[in-house]
Amino acid sequence: MAASHPQFDRRMARRQWEGRAFQGLCLLAVAVALALLVVLLVYLAHQGLSRVSWEFITSFPSRVPEQAGIKAALLGSIYVVTIAAVVAFTLGVCTAVYLEEYSVRNWRTRIIQVNITNLAGVPSIVYGILGLEIFVRSLGLGRSVLAGGLTMALLVLPIVIIAAQEAIRSVPPSLREGAYALGATRWQAIWHLVLPQAMPGILTGLILAVSRALGETAPLIVMGALTFVPFAPDGPLSRFTVLPIQIFNWTSRPQAGFHEAAAAGIIVLLVLLLTMNAAAIVLRNQFQRRPEG
Amino acid sequence: MARDFRSVRTAITAKALSLLPRHWKRLLSERLIRLLLAAAAVVSILTTVGIVSVLLFEAVLFFQQVSIWDFLTGTRWTPLFESKHFGILPLVTATIVTSGGAMMVALPLGLLSAIYLSEYSPDPVRRGLKPVLEVLAGIPTVVYGYFALLFVTPLLRQLAPGISVFNGVSASIVMGIMILPMVSSLSEDAMRAVPRSLREGAYALGSTKLEVSTRVVMPAALSGIAAAFILAISRAVGETMIVAIAAGQNPTFTLNPFVPIETMTAYIVQVSLGDTPTGTLEFQTIFAVGLTLFLITLVMNLLSQYIVRRFREEYE
Repeated sequence: MAASHPQFDRRMARRQWEGRAFQGLCLLAVAVALALLVVLLVYLAHQGLSRVSWEFITSFPSRVPEQAGIKAALLGSIYVVTIAAVVAFTLGVCTAVYLEEYSVRNWRTRIIQVNITNLAGVPSIVYGILGLEIFVRSLGLGRSVLAGGLTMALLVLPIVIIAAQEAIRSVPPSLREGAYALGATRWQAIWHLVLPQAMPGILTGLILAVSRALGETAPLIVMGALTFVPFAPDGPLSRFTVLPIQIFNWTSRPQAGFHEAAAAGIIVLLVLLLTMNAAAIVLRNQFQRRPEG
Repeated sequence: MARDFRSVRTAITAKALSLLPRHWKRLLSERLIRLLLAAAAVVSILTTVGIVSVLLFEAVLFFQQVSIWDFLTGTRWTPLFESKHFGILPLVTATIVTSGGAMMVALPLGLLSAIYLSEYSPDPVRRGLKPVLEVLAGIPTVVYGYFALLFVTPLLRQLAPGISVFNGVSASIVMGIMILPMVSSLSEDAMRAVPRSLREGAYALGSTKLEVSTRVVMPAALSGIAAAFILAISRAVGETMIVAIAAGQNPTFTLNPFVPIETMTAYIVQVSLGDTPTGTLEFQTIFAVGLTLFLITLVMNLLSQYIVRRFREEYE
């Protein structure tokens, strides 16, 4: 009996030491992840910050690395993302309202729901193939900004739907019941009460969807966006390029000057994304502060 | 005369409509709205139908000229060359190398981060760290590609000069960083869903925090963690820009991560950027490859959902 005490103490000390070592290991993992993020950002800033200027943003691409700018790509991105946002918002909110407020839970709605979850997991490049076949070739839109925007809309649609569903679900039922008691129809309750309450949540989802669309490269390459565009898009059927494709193109070239331009393009892209994410966080906080129904 | 008649008729219709009981009109518009909303919901179904039929249609044309057996078992992929071989295995091994390598980075780092966030970190720290980690998931993949090719590869080549400029290893490392937040975030959710009472029971029996974390919380959250891993692999398999930029465009049948390789996704990008005319056999290869990619990721996504549903430990 007496001999077990030192033994217990030794084992206890070892277990506690192991515990501390493990905690250190876990903390190290987080630190490594954060350090990588810092290294990435510092490296980009070091490479590209000197190239970021008003001239860089307002110049067309050039064969001379030092004169190359992102005007065409930035405008193309704005076109594509705007089209995608409008289409995905409309379709996404309508789908979410239908699934949450109208449909009864049966096998048909379950199929729609499972389908949406799976669409969210389809590789983005496959959407590019879809866009190429449906919008570019079958509908005859050509390799246009409109075809690109619609492809992106389908790509981000699941994100919008899922966010909108969650936002609508979090609106307390008492609100609808109050409206019905006053003689409102189902749509009146949705339009005047449910949607305004759910809107911050829906908009947060939309912003996330838009930032996804802004950063996507592969689907637009597959559907045939250009890589060298010395003109601004002048309408929905104009040919185009986007910022990520411009960055990809510059990265693939051997000259160091183009690599700097790529880094500068990345900085512009990240600043845009950061601004949008900050807006999403502000919206989400506003949403959380809202008092219960 | 005809126009008069039409305007009279319109007036009559309008009058008739206004005479309809108001609740009828409301009922009519309610029906119409419901129909419109249902039509929007159908778009997501049509997207899936579109993806499957587009891939199948063109892939069937492709498989009329290339046997499925050769496609699935061939070890040479040279559709764009003079002597054509259509064996997808080189693209598959490249995909295995890059996504397997990415998991070797993301799995330990992601899981340990998740344990730290869920079990060790104080609440304010966790709430501060999580969004910062998720920034890693929000960075566009083309940025990671740039980082892999121009930062990680030169660094690796300084350590081991034998590595090629384009290689699987730097693409893997960077892709691992990209999917790390996915692993850590989903695993952490699963671990936090394990009820406190389980942890407290283990503490009452004299366990240390390490023992609680690894022998009580992790087993209880295993289904969620497994689902997160599978989703992350699926994401890595479908990832395009990092491998297209950093891993190369050489379809080589090898598991060596230090030489140029070409994944399925990178091949699709290569054809899209080239001047292969649509409708040719060479162009149809992207649909056969795309279909393979789609099926692999679909199976993994369904598996992940199945694991969550089937093996979830319910406590309440």
